[in-house]
Amino acid sequence: MLDIGTLHYVLVSAALFLIGMLGVVIRRNVVIIFMSIELMLSAVNLNLLAFSRLYGLHGQVFALFIAADAAAEAAVGLGILIAFFRNRTTVNMDEVDLLKW
Amino acid sequence: MFFLENIWIVPLMPALGAAIMLIFGRRLPKSAVNLCCVGSVALSFVWSALAVWQFTHSGKPMYEHEFFTWLGSGGGKMLYTLYGGGTAEFVVKVGVLLDPLSCVWLLFVTGVGALIHIYSTGYMAHEGGYYRFFGYLNLFMFSMLTLILASNYLMMFVGWEGVGLCSYLLIGFYFHKHSASTAANKAFITNRIGDAGVILGSLTIFWLFGTFDFVKVTEMARAQSAELMGTRIVMLATLALFVGACGKSAQLPLYVWLPDAMEGPTPVSALIHAATMVTAGVYMVARSNALFVLAPETMKVVAVIGALTAIFAASIGLVQNDIKRVLAYSTISQLGYMFLALGVGAFTAGVFHVFTHAFFKALLFLGSGSVIHAMGGQQDMRFMGNLRKKIPTTYMTMLIGTLAIAGIPGLAGFFSKDEILWQTWSAQSGAFRWLWYVAFATALMTSFYMFRLIFLTFFGGARMSHEVEHHVHESPRSMTVPLIVLACCSIFAGYLGVSPSLARFVGLHGETNRFEHFLAPVFENGTESATAESAAPAEGKNEQGSPSEYILMVLSIAAAGAGWWSARRAYAGCTDGVREPINVAAPPVYRTLLNKYYVDEFYDKAFTGRSEVGGVRLGAIGAGEALWKVDSGLIDGGVNDVGWLTRALGNLSSWWDKWIVDGVCVNGPAFVIHMLSYPARLVEAGLLQWYALVMVFGVAGLLWYYVAR
Repeated sequence: MLDIGTLHYVLVSAALFLIGMLGVVIRRNVVIIFMSIELMLSAVNLNLLAFSRLYGLHGQVFALFIAADAAAEAAVGLGILIAFFRNRTTVNMDEVDLLKW
Repeated sequence: MFFLENIWIVPLMPALGAAIMLIFGRRLPKSAVNLCCVGSVALSFVWSALAVWQFTHSGKPMYEHEFFTWLGSGGGKMLYTLYGGGTAEFVVKVGVLLDPLSCVWLLFVTGVGALIHIYSTGYMAHEGGYYRFFGYLNLFMFSMLTLILASNYLMMFVGWEGVGLCSYLLIGFYFHKHSASTAANKAFITNRIGDAGVILGSLTIFWLFGTFDFVKVTEMARAQSAELMGTRIVMLATLALFVGACGKSAQLPLYVWLPDAMEGPTPVSALIHAATMVTAGVYMVARSNALFVLAPETMKVVAVIGALTAIFAASIGLVQNDIKRVLAYSTISQLGYMFLALGVGAFTAGVFHVFTHAFFKALLFLGSGSVIHAMGGQQDMRFMGNLRKKIPTTYMTMLIGTLAIAGIPGLAGFFSKDEILWQTWSAQSGAFRWLWYVAFATALMTSFYMFRLIFLTFFGGARMSHEVEHHVHESPRSMTVPLIVLACCSIFAGYLGVSPSLARFVGLHGETNRFEHFLAPVFENGTESATAESAAPAEGKNEQGSPSEYILMVLSIAAAGAGWWSARRAYAGCTDGVREPINVAAPPVYRTLLNKYYVDEFYDKAFTGRSEVGGVRLGAIGAGEALWKVDSGLIDGGVNDVGWLTRALGNLSSWWDKWIVDGVCVNGPAFVIHMLSYPARLVEAGLLQWYALVMVFGVAGLLWYYVAR
């Protein structure tokens, strides 16, 4: 039985991060993009937890902070999203190009 | 002094009458119109008479009162540089001036005016526009009294224009008749030419003396007579005034309007175009006598024009057939006499003739109106005749008027006309003697045409149709009473101014000429030098009358008698047709006279622009067209060319601004930067995911860089 080591965690974490990153770049729906961002944060958390096994509990504390931060960020992000939808009646990322001004 | 101090009421009463007539008149009954208009003028006459009576007893040479400032502020804002170099402020005040000269005019204008108003109530009784007629007449009285009582030239000019307007309105009273409306236009336009002269003359006087005031101008002219004697500026001023007098008083060459003015109702002809308004020119010249004596050349012009007008108009009057036209030419001729008198310096004689003429000419016109009334509108003397039994009052009064104008001794015209003839003979030691021959010939003609009128109208056989003959009737009392009053005046007015040489014949002993004595303050000449050089006759030179004066007197009486005799011989026996002795003797002369020397035709050709030479119209209209061409071609053309040039320059400037300033300097750099910034703008698409992708590649690149190294 193969012992599950740090490398496995890091690989899963990297895969999760890549999936999340692709979701952020490729998908058009802002909600999906949020979900992808959560995925990326989860990958980071997984990484932190994997390394905390080797170097102490600091990583786990950080992971807890990141989880709380993710929840707050999701709340703020969804608030902005609803305000934006009221304004433009769309959540399609292609049509959100006002940043150039 | 109540009436004298409130003399301003005299012109205001007719003004009030006119205002009431022209505002409410349409609704008033005839009796109210009579009460209002005739009453106001009669009241004016009574008031004037009382004021003049108080004036003569005040012992002062004149009564002057200024009420308020009319033009100018008095604040030193309107200073003008004068001819002599000083400055004067332009101030015109409304005021009255009553001196012997205005007294004479005041009395006969209001007196004759009142009589003619009374006459008009009978004459106009069956006419439409009764209230309008009386409104205009009252307006005329107001204007004329303003003219007479004015204390300065500009206020006199207001009255001057006012009488011109009323003359226009009354000539055109029958405005539905084309001839009447054109005659009104002719009178008004001809008068305008003269009015321009009055304005120029008044302003020249202001330029010279710095005031319009009659009294001040007279004083200054007399005080400076040595320096001003014969100067060109005085000549200019007086000539300009005389042009005005020519227009208003119908002298050559501006007399043409007066015969046509007979289109108006007969009382109007009597009041305005015979007795009062046309003497305004004489009044103005007499009023400016202090200036006129300083301009001997102008005096010569006045005398010559007067004499020529007198004989010119009298000769036309010899053959006219319209009863009113004869009287119109007679008026022009008599006005010529007045100017002849003024021109030779015999101002008193001229004014005296105005005074007597007012009565007998008003009488003659009113008499002719009565004849026309009796004839049912017929004015042609060839269709009258033998009226003396049917309208005896009219006949008797007209005969008195004729005797007066013809210069039969004992009546008014004899005294005044003889005075003029004698002054013409003797003035300036006979420098004007040749004018006496002209005036003498005129006297002969006057007698002839007046007796011709009498014989054609009242003697001979009746030449009218039977209906008309049956209809002939004497006029109502409202018309005959003024005739009788005027006839009395025509007889007795002359005795006011009997010359010393005649005094012994009429039972006045040791008296000087009372009229002359009364007017002496107005016509006195300030200094010896002026008297010596002026054309005015020396005072008191004819104290007892020289033999030649009596010879001339006998000659003029003989002329009057000759006129009567030849007229009687030619016309007294006309039963069916009228044979004109002049036509028998010399038909071309007759035709020329009958057509009034073709002056109207000449004016028509020369001034009105109805004839062309090579496509160019002549006269005033032609001049107007030429000026219009100059204006539109040269002046407006220049303006348009300048405009075109400005536009071209503007276009150039606009092109420069658009393509060089805006294009090269402003839009050019902007375009370059726009082009250069294209790559940078490609990155900044504004798409969040594009930024994220770039970031991903960037991080990947960094990773690759660190790992591969």
